[in-house]
Amino acid sequence: MTAREWLLTESPDSRWQASVGRAYAAAGLLLRNPLAVVGGAIVLLLILTATFAPLIAPESPLGQNLSSRLLPPSAAHWMGTDELGRDIFSRVVFGARITLLIVVLVAVISAPLGMILGAVSGYFGGWTDRILMGITDIFLSMPKLVLALAFAAALGPGIRNAVIAIAITTWPAYARIARAETLSWRNSEFVAATRLLGASHSRIITRHILPLCASSTIIRVTLDMAGIILTAAGLGFLGLGAQPPLPEWGAMISRGRTFILDQWWVATMPGFAIVLVSLGFCFLGDGLRDALDPKSARKS
Amino acid sequence: MSAISLCDVGIAYNGTPVVHGVSLEVAEGESFALVGESGSGKSTVLKAITGLAPEWTGSIGILGAQASRRPDRTLARTVQMVFQDPYGSLHPRKTVDSILTEALAIHGIGDRDGRVETVLRDVGLDRRFRFRYPHQLSGGQRQRVAIARALILEPRVLLLDEPTSALDVSVQAEILNLLKRLRAEHGLTYLLVTHNLPVVSFMCDRMAIMNRGRVVEIAPAKALHDGTFVDPYSRELYAASGGALPGPEDTR
Amino acid sequence: MNSPLLSVRDLRVSFPMRDGGRANVVDGVSFDLGRERLGIVGESGSGKSMTGRAILRLIRPPGRVEAARLAFEGEDLTTLPERRMRKLRGAGISMVMQDPRYSLNPVMTVGRQIAEAQRVHAPLGRAATRSRVIEMLRAVRIHDPERVAGLYPHEVSGGMGQRVMIAMMLIPRPSLLIADEPTSALDVSVQAQVLGLIDDLVKGQGMGLILISHDLDLVARYCDRILVMNSGRVVETCEARLLHEARHPYTRGLLAAVPRMRETRAELPTLDRRVWEGT
Repeated sequence: MTAREWLLTESPDSRWQASVGRAYAAAGLLLRNPLAVVGGAIVLLLILTATFAPLIAPESPLGQNLSSRLLPPSAAHWMGTDELGRDIFSRVVFGARITLLIVVLVAVISAPLGMILGAVSGYFGGWTDRILMGITDIFLSMPKLVLALAFAAALGPGIRNAVIAIAITTWPAYARIARAETLSWRNSEFVAATRLLGASHSRIITRHILPLCASSTIIRVTLDMAGIILTAAGLGFLGLGAQPPLPEWGAMISRGRTFILDQWWVATMPGFAIVLVSLGFCFLGDGLRDALDPKSARKS
Repeated sequence: MSAISLCDVGIAYNGTPVVHGVSLEVAEGESFALVGESGSGKSTVLKAITGLAPEWTGSIGILGAQASRRPDRTLARTVQMVFQDPYGSLHPRKTVDSILTEALAIHGIGDRDGRVETVLRDVGLDRRFRFRYPHQLSGGQRQRVAIARALILEPRVLLLDEPTSALDVSVQAEILNLLKRLRAEHGLTYLLVTHNLPVVSFMCDRMAIMNRGRVVEIAPAKALHDGTFVDPYSRELYAASGGALPGPEDTR
Repeated sequence: MNSPLLSVRDLRVSFPMRDGGRANVVDGVSFDLGRERLGIVGESGSGKSMTGRAILRLIRPPGRVEAARLAFEGEDLTTLPERRMRKLRGAGISMVMQDPRYSLNPVMTVGRQIAEAQRVHAPLGRAATRSRVIEMLRAVRIHDPERVAGLYPHEVSGGMGQRVMIAMMLIPRPSLLIADEPTSALDVSVQAQVLGLIDDLVKGQGMGLILISHDLDLVARYCDRILVMNSGRVVETCEARLLHEARHPYTRGLLAAVPRMRETRAELPTLDRRVWEGT
């Protein structure tokens, strides 16, 4: 039996074969969407660039060389140099690490938190729902950037605090999504059947409801990545995120403002990087929605 | 001791009473039908017995034990339920194996592989189906999995909520045959909710006809053969379902 | 009338499959329909509903409809421009579907929806439309039509919702009514009323009726002729009153598999699935 046949067989022989087969089928759906492939490639590029930054960047991102200040893009410096003579391309490459770090940390903190709160809220209803959603609404009603700014300003500048600040503003959306999904699944017959088997509420929430919320949350997180990157860049732009001399893309744009007219590349190059990565996540998120919003999970 | 004993049971949803004064006894090993149209309250009675409809008054006994107002772990090994919709009663992202082993995991029962294989064989599904997902199963196969899930804890009483209404004619016949066989093999007691009188004729010994939340008549299945129903609503339902009511000269 | 109302030859409806090929969900169905009542019976996956939708050209890509002949009142439906087809839908051929909870617009009153059906085909003034709506509601045996016209779909019972659907579909006076499982979602006592109503209206207006159902007995009671479908093909055609003399093993199997009111068998005969793998 070929690998493909084994993966797509109608009668798997083990749990593992069944799960892997399903993942393979979903991946297949994803790859059929050209924009999703482009998005996925960009995200992969981000991850590879961040991982292999020292091998890709020709120069150190921190080394100053005042004799090469503000040079335009050329063969020696693909993206030109900034006001301290640092190679912008190298800084953008190393900046990918910071961007990836922020985005992953925010996702890892806010998504599970939001999902659990939303699922518990939707499952129990009543006062639990009202209180939890009230808290969620309070956070949702505040403008994200302003709240992030306030937290970052209160906690002090730096990547760690920027991550916390952004995570605090991001989780409410996931709570809402998880709650909506929970409400639609809560009264399903399989939930009733599982309760009849003697399952506790926590077992139902963790093993039955949360897995069903996972796809919408993953899709939403991916689509949110663009916003998270921009918020982080905004914080960096205002000096509240990564501190100099770290090559955070937003901070780089900020410092390039003063030269924007004559040495446009200092601000624009990191800007291109932000746009490209944001687009990549958006395409990937759209593609994931088509692949994961399972036709396979619906009635056949 | 009766398998199920309902005494003056009233059930409400959010304060609105939907079932009134229901009293009936189902003997052990009996197959009893609750018949009625939509809104008659028949499914609600099943839910109250299992604890899924907590607002009830009166007394509900299952093999001597009092029913609880929420799904109870100990009662789970005595009474189980098969639901109507084969598409909605299985978790869409879990394999058949996962659905069945969960029941065993909740109660800490061992020999999981053995028991899963046995129960699948019992319901007529072979090994090919064990690791499939629900969307890879037909309606009839899903319903067999639902029955397997209900049986894996070896209950004595099985509640069936319109188990074949959503199935095709040919599949319905297979599932009804299966249910009949399982009852004989395991000595189960059935409480079957349905609106389909011919199914009652095939499957059950006695029936209670419900209308607007009340039991209007309790009759033996034999009444379906000769139409000897007493209550006017029962007679109406019988006639509308295609039964031939006895003429005036047949009254005893 | 010599030429049939509806003429279908070798109708095929196909959908693409995951491995690139196409699956024929309707596979060479042929029949003629005059101003009579035809029942199409089958299980799920037999293609009966798809046949109905194909006639109304309601099947969208990636589904594909092909037919050697598909003609209504002499007009070829396969080559008809969409604009002309739209005029035909409702005024020539109408369809009543299964569940009024899903087939009626939940945010419009019942009266408005019926009025819309009239307006789309033969606009009358407001007063004239209103009186047509009330007339139709009365024709479907709704007792206080003025009050019901102002109700929303969720405020009416299943049986009443189905009558509303029938009123909506018959107001433009079509020549052919396709009823796709019109009573499956209804209680037994209401089923007989709704089917009786359809029957009377169809006879009264001299319409043709295609009744699609999974219920053999029902179709035998309300139709003149029956087509039995399985896996996209017609396996048997017979007159309704001769259903119990049906020859094809699938039909006989279906007839035997249904439990009867006076059931004495210990086991119900089942179909050999290997031979007729429908779905």
